[in-house]
Amino acid sequence: MDSTIAAILVQDGIVNGAIYALLALSLVLVFAVTRVVFVPQGDFVAFGGLTYAALEAGTLPGSLWLLGGLGVAAFLFGLHQRRAIIGMVLTCLALPAAIIAVTWLAVPLKPGALANTLLTLAIVTPIAPYIYRIGFQPLAEASVLVLLIAAVAVHLALMGLGLVFFGPEGSRAAAFSDVSISVGDFTLAGQALWILGLTGALMVALYGFFGFTLLGKALRATAVNRLGARLVGIGTAQSGSLAFVLAGAIGTLSGILIVPLTTVYYDSGFVIGLKAFTAAIIAAMASFPGAVLAALLVGVLESFSSFWASAFKEVIVFTAIIPVLLWRSLRHAAVEDDDE
Amino acid sequence: MSVLVVEALAVSYGAIPAVEDISLAVPEGGLVTVIGPNGAGKSTLLNAIMGVLPSRGGLRFLGHDISALSVEARVQHGIALVPEKRELFATMSVADNLLLGGFRFGRRGAGGELDRVYSLFPRLRERHRQQAGTLSGGERQMLAMGRALMGKPRLLMLDEPSLGLAPLIVRDIFRIIADLRATGVAILLVEQNARAALAVADRGYVLETGRVTLEGDARTLAADPRIVEMYLGAATAR
Repeated sequence: MDSTIAAILVQDGIVNGAIYALLALSLVLVFAVTRVVFVPQGDFVAFGGLTYAALEAGTLPGSLWLLGGLGVAAFLFGLHQRRAIIGMVLTCLALPAAIIAVTWLAVPLKPGALANTLLTLAIVTPIAPYIYRIGFQPLAEASVLVLLIAAVAVHLALMGLGLVFFGPEGSRAAAFSDVSISVGDFTLAGQALWILGLTGALMVALYGFFGFTLLGKALRATAVNRLGARLVGIGTAQSGSLAFVLAGAIGTLSGILIVPLTTVYYDSGFVIGLKAFTAAIIAAMASFPGAVLAALLVGVLESFSSFWASAFKEVIVFTAIIPVLLWRSLRHAAVEDDDE
Repeated sequence: MSVLVVEALAVSYGAIPAVEDISLAVPEGGLVTVIGPNGAGKSTLLNAIMGVLPSRGGLRFLGHDISALSVEARVQHGIALVPEKRELFATMSVADNLLLGGFRFGRRGAGGELDRVYSLFPRLRERHRQQAGTLSGGERQMLAMGRALMGKPRLLMLDEPSLGLAPLIVRDIFRIIADLRATGVAILLVEQNARAALAVADRGYVLETGRVTLEGDARTLAADPRIVEMYLGAATAR
């Protein structure tokens, strides 16, 4: 291996790592706020990528019907729980209807990458809070294990629905731009720049949101002390919903960013999500900067192992978690499930 | 008019009753205390009024039936609880803890409350950048009270505010409680420190094994021989 190859591998690793970092941030956030290990995180990546590719090809994405169906389901579920009807009509019925209508009108016009990105975000993101309302909010007081089992069930259901709505064929989209930067032998591709730029910007935005806005602080407060948050009037359900909105948006954006790089299938998301989960675990599901660093490490480890032993690349990445777990369990005494 | 009316309230943990048939009222601007030994159900009572624990019986706040409302909705009505374990946001700054105390008013905040809380607890102003988890026990209690006050409650419920604090700080805390009632907020104070509690309160209830065994004017209770013997110690009688 010479330095050029090493540089390419590092670049690959950091670009993939940036995506894992976004997803790991989202996993840590959802877990801290709701105690849900968000297994379906990767499915949002797949849905985001496939929806974007469909829009680019000028066809109506199947996720539209998933959006509409889940909206109606969330509405019926809310009726059963006797929630305020007007708010639900707006968020569960009017919003998906408007998104479906806009998409239906916009698709034949092939409105370009930016509009497709926004449309994809609008179509896929609301699926996450609907899932929260139907699947997780009624379980809010359940143990972490029960929530995890529910999350696995949601993942399997979403993967099946992905097959129904997008079919077994994979999709790929054009890069956002053909620009590339060359320094000597070293070339940085346009899409890699987009990924690094957008993930960087998104992290800065998240930092600002959590550090400086009342809503962001309220989410953090829920993560730090759920009872304390309720006592100042921060609703657990609203916080959970908001965390899921962020998770849905982050997953969707990640999918949009990678679909020009790799062919995305209905079931591609899981392994991507699992690698982000590895990073989140290394950060103990608690530290945001730790998760980002660990994710970059996972990305670089993956790209080097795919060069040296590509058949074992997944094995190597997932094995990396074992020494970390050993180190953690030796360093810290066992922590109770409900210990704050 | 009463701010809070509790009628025949009962809470059970599974099949085991924790408190039963409790009726009490907190008048507007009044300071009512509930005293009693460890495990009598005092904290259970406050948690049930706040909605943290499910309960049976009647709960009315400013004339509204609140018994079916969530904790968050009760906060919106103007009830605040300073829990026994404080439940602060340990990894966030003192200033952020206070800011979130006013969450029910949204981004516009309660307006001027922060200055009032800082003048009530000057220590919090000095330490406003510090993480809540690094404060001393007394400062944590002050922060928990300050956070509750940021929501401009009509009823402030304090669960064992003197627990685990040095005597000098306990004196400070009770002085502040007395100051607070002068501002017009109704206070429901749960305490094991019966002497200090009865000294600041105008009405008292004695809770034993989940039931109210005595109630009356705080001064009368403080002189009641049964109370003197059980809670105040015979040596302090007169």
